[in-house]
Amino acid sequence: MIAFDFNYIKPATVAEANQTYTMVHDQGDHAMYFSGGTEIITRARVNELKVDTVIDIKEIAECTVMEVQDDKLVIGAAMSLNHITNSNLFPLLGETIKKIADHTSRNKITIGGNINSELIYKESVLPLLLVDAKVKLVKGTKEKIVPLSSVFDKKLKVQAGELLLQVIIDTEYTKLPYASLKKTRFSKVGYPVISAAAIVKDKKIRIAFSGVCEYPFRSQEVENILNDSKKSVSERIEKAINSLPTNVLDDLQGSNEYRVFVLRNMLYDIMEEMGMGE
Amino acid sequence: MNIKNKPTKKVIHLHVNGETHEAVVRASDTLLCTLREQLGLTGAKRACEDGDCGACTVLVNGEPTHSCLSLAVEVVNKPITTIEGLLNSPVQSAFVDHWAIQCGFCTPGFIVNCHALITNHPNASEELVEEWLQSNICRCTGYQEIREAVNNLLQKSQ
Repeated sequence: MIAFDFNYIKPATVAEANQTYTMVHDQGDHAMYFSGGTEIITRARVNELKVDTVIDIKEIAECTVMEVQDDKLVIGAAMSLNHITNSNLFPLLGETIKKIADHTSRNKITIGGNINSELIYKESVLPLLLVDAKVKLVKGTKEKIVPLSSVFDKKLKVQAGELLLQVIIDTEYTKLPYASLKKTRFSKVGYPVISAAAIVKDKKIRIAFSGVCEYPFRSQEVENILNDSKKSVSERIEKAINSLPTNVLDDLQGSNEYRVFVLRNMLYDIMEEMGMGE
Repeated sequence: MNIKNKPTKKVIHLHVNGETHEAVVRASDTLLCTLREQLGLTGAKRACEDGDCGACTVLVNGEPTHSCLSLAVEVVNKPITTIEGLLNSPVQSAFVDHWAIQCGFCTPGFIVNCHALITNHPNASEELVEEWLQSNICRCTGYQEIREAVNNLLQKSQ
């Protein structure tokens, strides 16, 4: 049970959602956009967050779209992870998010919520970084479409009141060869020790990780090393591991040494699967 | 839209097991809390309240949902099925026939989830069954019997 109460608003339009946010904010209260709501509910229950008004975006048509429009795959922020997987419109994304939480939870968790998560993993971001996905953000009457990589630095950096409306992907990327691997500590359901997604475009591997560092990332430096065909695969992998953007995580899910061990094996598997050997 | 006032309790109508129920809720009340404390439907169990165990599973629009991770106000006007709505269902009978019950605490959540699996995927593959069953935890570890109950129903449906 959540110890405090809040207002619950379910707007039908983006404009109404933005107006509500502004109104609450101007009163000096705290508003949050609410999609699947799983993280808001669990964190509110243990008093990790306090909110005065939640704005449920599930009735907003733009947030529940999932279709190809002029060679672009458009995914509304309120689309559930299972819906995206079952659509099979972007197999790499579908397979990666299929490994988040459990099947029942994925009926409720949405892609917008996962990208915006306070948790460090945010695995849905991995395929999106690989395919140079764009996001549509709205605040007031201002709407902008920007590369996800320009607003995602360790976490999604949006202004107060800015609503993540949609994710937009060029469909040419959705057909590329891919790999998606995740290792957990015990069972198949759980936070990753290491999660990785990769594609090959123009004979070059692109790869993004979660669980390695304190945030999900795609590193140009790591990709350049892995694509250096003048070196052996093992040399490339060792150099890549030594070129991570920050320290490897060391926590209850896995020690630093164990994560490096898993990462190394995973890189061998991915390089082989993607045909990136000598 | 009135957000100037402090939040107050509201009357909502929930469509549960084919009947419309009136409930007085706070917006922050979960569906689990409302089902158990307002409607007296105590089949959905309160356990982890974190979406990890599946003991609180109900169907919303025919999809398994953790009722601990849904607000009651979110599911107004949506059909909800709880374990009480699956009385004498084939899944319930299969669980009895295969002794897929030990302490029984997780059983309602498993039955609701398995009912949705078999209804939505009567030809479910082994892989799909495994994926769906990973949503529920049985601390008595009676997974084998539960799996046999589901497999038996799937064989019958095929």
